[in-house]
Amino acid sequence: MTEARYDRAPGDSGRALTAPRSEVLFYTVGLALAVILTAISFWVANTSLLWGPGVALGLAVLAIAQMGVHLVFFLHITTGPDNTNNVLALAFGVLIVLLVIAGSVWIMANLNTNMMPSGDLMNLHMQH
Amino acid sequence: MNVALAAHEIHSDVLTGAGEAGPAPKRVVVAYGFWIFLLSDIVMFSALFAAYAVLVNATAGGPTGAQLFRQGTVAIETGCLLASSYTCGLMLLAVDSRRHFATYFGAAITFALGAAFLALEFREFANMVAHGAGPQRSAFLSAFFALVGCHGLHVTAGLIWLAVMMAQVAVKGFAAAVQRRLLCFALFWHALDIIWVGLFTVVYLMGVAP
Repeated sequence: MTEARYDRAPGDSGRALTAPRSEVLFYTVGLALAVILTAISFWVANTSLLWGPGVALGLAVLAIAQMGVHLVFFLHITTGPDNTNNVLALAFGVLIVLLVIAGSVWIMANLNTNMMPSGDLMNLHMQH
Repeated sequence: MNVALAAHEIHSDVLTGAGEAGPAPKRVVVAYGFWIFLLSDIVMFSALFAAYAVLVNATAGGPTGAQLFRQGTVAIETGCLLASSYTCGLMLLAVDSRRHFATYFGAAITFALGAAFLALEFREFANMVAHGAGPQRSAFLSAFFALVGCHGLHVTAGLIWLAVMMAQVAVKGFAAAVQRRLLCFALFWHALDIIWVGLFTVVYLMGVAP
């Protein structure tokens, strides 16, 4: 039995002692991918080549991809059986994050459209 | 009770089967607990992100993000933080193989890059406040300073932590407890970089996108 006997600590590669060289390479690949994704993000935000309304979505996709790169290459989160606990905790965290952000944005957008007094009637609410 | 104490001394090779092997080594338990803390910290940041997303247009006639943010600074900040995340990973490898010099060297570069990030951010904040765009100007700016400032405070805490850890390495050497703390520090530092990815995308890039 050479399979995982314990869950692996997040951030631990499990290979660092046996093959430090390949570990350095692993981090370097992660850095290269992150740099590429960051560069594309900055390019997308500044170019006029792309369809304007799609830029925000593209940026979100790039950011999520880069977070994935960081999780895999820097934090060593994998799909392996020794990582199940870490992944489940992460999944729960992501669920809460999505609920908080999407819920807040959704509710407040609703309030803004439904409860906004007509413009000239009340200028206290100075959104937009 | 010495059971728990003794259990993590047993080398994992002797044992078989996940879950049936008895308590996990302390390194796994500590790092997992810290992982849970980091996720809760990210949940806290998500509330600040949500507040920012809701208030981003509430400029109260004041300056907007597109007028305030300079992408050059943000790009350099991003580069600093990304590079420091990388050197932090290399430092952790040096810690695992107990190389003193490489550990100090990696920590020094990580610290310098983190400090450069903070200096740039502080200069940006000071500039904004000097131009009348402080946190009291509008709800948008309050949310901005809360979100970005909270990240900056985390980076500050990380720098202090890193300095303390290097003192511990110098005094205690690579004791098991010191190695666990360094693993937690690396997790913390990488998590801050992940938050920064969301931050520069949502605040700086989406804020100035055409």
